[in-house]
Amino acid sequence: MTRRERAVDILVVGAGPAGLAAAAGLAAAGPLHIEVLEREQTAGGIPRHCAHGGFGTRETGDLSGPAYALHCAAEARRAGATLRTGLTVTGWAGPRTLDATGPGGLERITARAVVLATGARERPRAARLVPGTRPAGVYTTGELQQAVHLHHQHIGTRAVVIGDEPVSDAAADTLRTAGVHLVARVTTHPPRPLAAVRRGGGAPLLTRTTVTALTGRPRLTGVRVRHEDGRTATLACDTVVFTADWIPDHELARRGGLPMDPGTRGPAHDPAYRTGQPGVFAVGSLLHGGEGAGTAAREGRAVTAPVLRHLATGAWPVSGPPLTVEEPLEWTAPNLAGPGGTRLLLRTARRLTAPLLVARQDGAVLHRHRVVRTVPPGSAFPLAADWLERADPRGGAVRLTIGG
Amino acid sequence: MTPTVTRAGQPLPGGPPYDVTVIGAGVVGTAIARELARHPLRTALVEATDDIANGTSKANTAILHTGFDAVPGTLEARLVREGQRLLAAHAGRTGIPVERVGALLIAWDQEQLDALPGLLAKAERNGYHAARLLDAEETAAREPHIGPGALGALEIPDEAVICPWTTPLSYATQAVRAGVHLHLDCPVQDLAYADGLHTLTTGRGTLRTGLLINAAGLYADAIDRLLGHDTFTVRPRRGQLIVFDKLARDLVGHILLPVPTAAGKGVLVAPTVFGNVLLGPTAEDLDDKTATESTAEGLALLREKGRRILPRLLDEEVTAVYAGLRAATGQEDYRITARPEQRSITVGGIRSTGLTASMAIAEYVVSLLPGTGLDPGEPTELAPLTMPGLGEGADRPYLDAGLIARDPAYGTLVCHCERVTEGEIRDALTSTLPPRSAEGLARRTRAGNGRCQGFHCGAAIRARIEGARS
Repeated sequence: MTRRERAVDILVVGAGPAGLAAAAGLAAAGPLHIEVLEREQTAGGIPRHCAHGGFGTRETGDLSGPAYALHCAAEARRAGATLRTGLTVTGWAGPRTLDATGPGGLERITARAVVLATGARERPRAARLVPGTRPAGVYTTGELQQAVHLHHQHIGTRAVVIGDEPVSDAAADTLRTAGVHLVARVTTHPPRPLAAVRRGGGAPLLTRTTVTALTGRPRLTGVRVRHEDGRTATLACDTVVFTADWIPDHELARRGGLPMDPGTRGPAHDPAYRTGQPGVFAVGSLLHGGEGAGTAAREGRAVTAPVLRHLATGAWPVSGPPLTVEEPLEWTAPNLAGPGGTRLLLRTARRLTAPLLVARQDGAVLHRHRVVRTVPPGSAFPLAADWLERADPRGGAVRLTIGG
Repeated sequence: MTPTVTRAGQPLPGGPPYDVTVIGAGVVGTAIARELARHPLRTALVEATDDIANGTSKANTAILHTGFDAVPGTLEARLVREGQRLLAAHAGRTGIPVERVGALLIAWDQEQLDALPGLLAKAERNGYHAARLLDAEETAAREPHIGPGALGALEIPDEAVICPWTTPLSYATQAVRAGVHLHLDCPVQDLAYADGLHTLTTGRGTLRTGLLINAAGLYADAIDRLLGHDTFTVRPRRGQLIVFDKLARDLVGHILLPVPTAAGKGVLVAPTVFGNVLLGPTAEDLDDKTATESTAEGLALLREKGRRILPRLLDEEVTAVYAGLRAATGQEDYRITARPEQRSITVGGIRSTGLTASMAIAEYVVSLLPGTGLDPGEPTELAPLTMPGLGEGADRPYLDAGLIARDPAYGTLVCHCERVTEGEIRDALTSTLPPRSAEGLARRTRAGNGRCQGFHCGAAIRARIEGARS
């Protein structure tokens, strides 16, 4: 095997909002060789195919996804980072050495620090164990958006959207753009308060409802659903989009032997985005699934200082004890205690009204905080994390619960 | 020779009747066609759907069996044993991925443990002498992640896993390149026999042939009835399977088989040559030959069984769920019958062992030709064939520096999860038997078959298929 062996200061894997923000911040900091490897032909990550507004920064104002993707890539380039697209990282050859494949051949790149920003995907139908036939016409939002916005493909005529999260709205918008009639939206969650004022384009939102099967072959003919009270129906359609239910694209992290967090399914990490492997940091949706480009970019920017500190000192402080959650909380990120954190992201499985969050370590209360709002399931809510400094680094796990 | 492959919308070729026509381009039909292609015969292979291996052959457990557990003395036992050797050799010549991972028949209770020596003796009666009994400690050492309570195992070191898709594709490709006519989208609707000639009425016109070979799988009984025989009924036995992510592959070393009971062979856990882990199959006797859907009950059953066998498997992501139908006929053996008076051969009841036995079935069927009054002539060697290396055990194109240097398309990944390159997709779309659908492309390259199920690459892959079709 002939591999071109090279060395860089910092290797960033993934040119989505998180990886590009990290590269821009790091490149701006000084004369470092920073390389970003992206397996797609174009940098920008998921916003590349989100043809709707809501992206951007205070400086840029509101941008569409594709415009934001261009902006992020331009910023990283302008700062001096090298962006290489169409190049796939295929595995590890050492603790900070990665193998890559591209049309130019095989490479082996060793870095002083590695930043993983490999993103996330929506769980497809099979991973959700939805039974039935295996017809054509079954999408995730990611595939749908690429089909419509990047490839201008014909989708179908009547669609059902599974999910009730911001990305589900985006899927519905994309379907409308493609001239597909939206038959219904389906969610297992209970109705939201003030549901009447939410978007939806007139299609009914079936709440407390589960998809029980897909029918039809070779093309989808219907989606069978069951309401919590036992009522069933078949929604006639030729297209179904499974939205949200994100899973980090964590293959590289796991192949590298990084300890993983059971809640997020991303690499376990402390407030400085340090993973269990010295010199390897992780940011963005890899840490917690699809929390939006803004969150990913914020983490990319925030990893700059810890990476530079590591390059300067070589130090890799031992992370603190794990942060664990109890139901209805699903996960927290970061999920290892440590200094320097400004906020935690927490995700709940069901809607909570003004929840009281209690953090305990070895029985003692470290922190209590009432969130003075309603937090929905499906997207994370932040919690200030300065109190994490008080956790005993040699103590037991810090448990986060919803207290009374 | 220009290969003859016809599809919907194209006329069937005219000319003299075929010497032999095989109905059904599954793994058995394509193997027979390949064997016939070695002989100076004018042969046709007709298939109802738009691709080869589109029924039972595309949805099975992908195991290359030793036949250790066959019913001794049956035709199936013999053809599985011979077929295993033939297919292993063919795979070696063509590059079809095979991994000899070995199997462990694990006893989870005393009754099962007591049954193992009998199974060992049965393996010996089947001519398989490498099996051995393992105690609980050895079993746990071989498979450190299996669930608690395994009392022992029977080890069958030669059981292997194989690519179920490139096997029939290799047969069909060799057959077609050697001159066999393949007619896709060509369902047989009626049959008439007169004066030593069969006339097939198909969805695309009529076709005449001397000898007729019925290898129609689930529909072999229906074809036999068109021939005027009512000797067996195919009752589809559905097997649902769950494919787990490649990250689960390290959890399991062997094919983990249950000890067979009266209820059937039971649910297994097996690695695949693609680096995934299979859990399944269920065994459900049905009446509907199209019932390839999965069910909530079936998936729940598999998860319950899987949790017992390999608890950590259930924490891993699921990549795919599928269901296949085995052609059960109520008889524990193949039903291969030659009818010289009618110049026909029925190859029915080829159940879950059909993939393993396929080449031996083909040899056996061709050996029946003289008895039907057809002298097949002297066999010749077929032109060698190299299949795409889809196996995780071999260096795939994305790892081949020399290949990428010659053609950078092999360095451009299109399907990231399965690491399928632009070059491989292009090759499949321009091959002797190009795919017509995303599923067909997936069976030839694995593109789109990975954990994201198209989130990242689905639209790009479809664009390439549509580009190739237009």
